Amino acid sequence: MKLPTIGAAVLAAAMTLAAGHLTAQSQPQQSPAQDDSEKEIERYRQMLSDPFSNPGFLAVDRGEALWAEKRGAKNVSLEGCDLGEGPGRLEGAFARLPRWFADSDRVMDTEQRLLWCMDKVQGLDTKDVVARRFAGPGRASDMEDLTAFIANKSSGMKIEPQLKHAKELEMAAVGEELFFRRGGVMDFSCATCHAEEGKRIRLQGLPNLATPGAAAQATMASWPTYRVSQSQLRTMQHRLWDCYRQQRWPVPEYASDSLTALTVFLQKQAAGGEIAVPSIKR
Amino acid sequence: MTRTAFVSACAVLLIGGAALAQEKPGQATVEAYVKSTFGKASPEWQARIAPDESLTVCNLTRNNASSAEAEAMIKRELARVTYPADGKLLGDWKKGYAVANNGRGGQFSDPPGTAAGGNCFACHQLDPKEVSYGTLGPSLAAYGRDRKYDAEAMKDAYTKIYNSMAVVPCSNMPRFGANKVLDEQQIKDVMAYLFDPESPVNK
Repeated sequence: MKLPTIGAAVLAAAMTLAAGHLTAQSQPQQSPAQDDSEKEIERYRQMLSDPFSNPGFLAVDRGEALWAEKRGAKNVSLEGCDLGEGPGRLEGAFARLPRWFADSDRVMDTEQRLLWCMDKVQGLDTKDVVARRFAGPGRASDMEDLTAFIANKSSGMKIEPQLKHAKELEMAAVGEELFFRRGGVMDFSCATCHAEEGKRIRLQGLPNLATPGAAAQATMASWPTYRVSQSQLRTMQHRLWDCYRQQRWPVPEYASDSLTALTVFLQKQAAGGEIAVPSIKR
Repeated sequence: MTRTAFVSACAVLLIGGAALAQEKPGQATVEAYVKSTFGKASPEWQARIAPDESLTVCNLTRNNASSAEAEAMIKRELARVTYPADGKLLGDWKKGYAVANNGRGGQFSDPPGTAAGGNCFACHQLDPKEVSYGTLGPSLAAYGRDRKYDAEAMKDAYTKIYNSMAVVPCSNMPRFGANKVLDEQQIKDVMAYLFDPESPVNK
């Protein structure tokens, strides 16, 4: 089921080329090698659009098992965890996260809420889980797997940002400020790359997330995603971590409030987008 | 009656004010969020995201500084530009290509001591034969040739690369020299990549 490494590398390279072809149409004629790549990409795309071929669904399956597994000092599963729709209710929960929770009096995204439930419901020491927050070779991530499983239960539903509670509104407003806040040795903000239509870095197209609409919907509705270039399923936590890395900012603390604020802001921009996850991306 | 109407009007204004305040959070609130996410970084890393005077203006105005702020910014940033003591603005275009093509440096994933590149191709077209270039900045193909290798144009380009905000207030382009991303020799080499008649940029 897992893609061979070479296949994944070829696909990553091919998809990069495809992005170039789509956006750089002013370029001179394609070389025969590029034409061949095009055909290869299309073949891979068709193959991977089949859910049974998207390795991201392996993460969903692992997440399902983890959700039901009894763990922690209390030796209970996460089925007593309330993700906003009531304990154990998963359908549509992800579509309405992040949101404010009365028990913690905090706005939490999926990962923050999971960590809260592991601690409060299961009595689980989350140190090891946080240490494995991003999967790597030979290291599975409970957080990525659980988030994939939970998100998948909202597939086909529309993004419904929760903007009723004062703290939810604060999150959205702060997220917007953070989106435009420049810093680091390169003076970069999120908006440096994501505030105009049709721009790209090298050959990689950049969604405009500064205005609500189709680009933001397509982006937010397709995370979590299986990243072919990394051979891992990734969630928004990893996407934002990697964005800040490329912005030349310091390492953002995992499952911290600025990341949730940005996510609330982005969900607001993406309201109504139809969730289809896990997706597959370069 | 008049007095009641006045009080009501004030109440409406206050409510309006509160709603607006909610739209735009206070600076202290934003700083608290930043601290919650980046507060564990080393002091040296923290300093990198503490906005200086110009960046503070850019952040507050979302890069739309008023004309007075823009004028002050250009003056302030121009004072931070150091021109080469030997008066030579052009280095080696081949080395300049390497700098323009290098996207490493300054990322938390980079090993300490990683030499930073300018990563010019990420945002600009340069050598027209290079297919993989970004479009966040304008095309710089034929840059020197189009300017007839003019000395003034060279000085302007050096200033722009060294400190973009000395030329365009709140420019999206990094302040490569002023922020010590690139050193003087690297900037000279990039300049040669733009202005040497033998550089692929001008072919």
